[in-house]
Amino acid sequence: MPKITYVEPDGRAVTLTLKSGQTLMRAAMEAGLEGIEAQCGGNCSCATCHCYVRPEWLDKLKPPSEDERLMLENVAAERRPNSRLSCQLIANDSLDGLIVQFPDRQS
Amino acid sequence: MDPNAPIVIIGAGQAGMQIAESLRHEGFNGTLTLCGEEPHPPYQRPPLSKKWLVEGGSAASLAVRGPAVLERLKIVLKTDTRVRAVDRTRKQVELSDGSQLPYDRLALATGSLPRTLPIPGASLPGVLALRGIADSVAIGAAIRHCAAEGRKIVVVGGGFIGLEVAAAACKLGAEVTVLEGLPRLMSRVTAPVVSESFARLHRSHGVQLVFGAQVAEIVGYEGHVAGVRTRDGQEYPAGCVIVGIGVDPDDLLARSAGLLCDRGIIVDACSRTSDPLIAAAGDCTARRLPDGELIRLESVQNAIEQGKSAAAALMGRERPFVAAPWFWSDQFEIKLQMVGLSRGYDQVVTRGDLDKPAYSAFYYRAGRLLAVDSLNRISDHMQAKKLLDAGLSPTPEQAADPQFELISLLKARDATAAGA
Repeated sequence: MPKITYVEPDGRAVTLTLKSGQTLMRAAMEAGLEGIEAQCGGNCSCATCHCYVRPEWLDKLKPPSEDERLMLENVAAERRPNSRLSCQLIANDSLDGLIVQFPDRQS
Repeated sequence: MDPNAPIVIIGAGQAGMQIAESLRHEGFNGTLTLCGEEPHPPYQRPPLSKKWLVEGGSAASLAVRGPAVLERLKIVLKTDTRVRAVDRTRKQVELSDGSQLPYDRLALATGSLPRTLPIPGASLPGVLALRGIADSVAIGAAIRHCAAEGRKIVVVGGGFIGLEVAAAACKLGAEVTVLEGLPRLMSRVTAPVVSESFARLHRSHGVQLVFGAQVAEIVGYEGHVAGVRTRDGQEYPAGCVIVGIGVDPDDLLARSAGLLCDRGIIVDACSRTSDPLIAAAGDCTARRLPDGELIRLESVQNAIEQGKSAAAALMGRERPFVAAPWFWSDQFEIKLQMVGLSRGYDQVVTRGDLDKPAYSAFYYRAGRLLAVDSLNRISDHMQAKKLLDAGLSPTPEQAADPQFELISLLKARDATAAGA
């Protein structure tokens, strides 16, 4: 049951307890976070669940698939080296303490 | 006007939920009631014809937002609640249990209804259409049953829903026939080259495609569907029939209440209806475009963007929906992403590998880019979205040249703007 902290575009931090296997997108949607849209519902088709992962956590995550990488290349907000799609990030115990930040815009 | 006088939203789907949430974000503090006919809190429908249909799952896994969000935002959700009428004079809605719900301002997000076949046998058990969770559960059960018994499945309609269900049924081990009335798949929304790619895809997975099929009768046996007969006398045996021939906007309440409708509740770009106290969003609307034409979109993006516009409108603000419409569909190994409106195109050029397939079709009218369909070409889709939103158009020659970097047009414009 990893605890993951989401930082909203206005800087507010919200810490959620996720179930292992749950995507970071799903948990954020269920909690009603405002910095995420997730229009396609986790299909890697829309890039509206974009987040920035705290750099120190990057190598603990499974690297992005080719599809995710291509989606990230043209996200609405600034593309950064630590950009990820939260629908492709699956929670597990090793991610306890992870911090992600939502960009100022998703679409 | 008291900005915090009660607001009622009719329809608790993706659009209704978006209106509710956006109203709170817009600073609305009054009583907010969200009425839905189904027993579920607002949920996402796209998976019902895709992954959820194949893998199943809980209704909660489809929820747009968790139950705690409704509570925190003080959204009063009335499930299993049908609205019988809207009384604009008394400013109240009448619920199916006879009770009245007063409103100061109203939002309509009543969605759409699957079209039914006007032919004998259409109401036989085993003839199914997809709209909600219950339908997806019933279709999934029927497909599994047919697969286990070695009975065939007939899908009527070669559009998105029909083809996604066909792909799902195939994955569940069923033998599927798709009957399409027109000469190609998805003909209303895509160019022939795209239809052809999808026809090849479905055939390669063993789906039988029949074009020009005029369905005349659903044949029953012992009170259950047994097959479909077409006008040319052919009969296609089936243990279940799934009808995916499109949807009609559910604008009955709005029409009865005297709002302007034309196959959908007419709204402007800000989701305002002909009554200044009523906004509408999602599948139930027909949006007036700058050129005067009415457009109906059945998509998540439309529900979300119009939902935001509707909430702003009810708070007396303008937040027009101007982004290029986009849409997606997953069928077997093709990820289809579409952006823009291709209606009225006079030229199509392709970019990429048609055989794989991994290409995009660029739709033009008088040399100006209207829309792009991308099949396993994610970068094209994402870049086309940016170009269309920015009002930029690559030439057909540039689009067809895979060496030409589409996004360079945006970069060039930004550089010019920065230098000016």
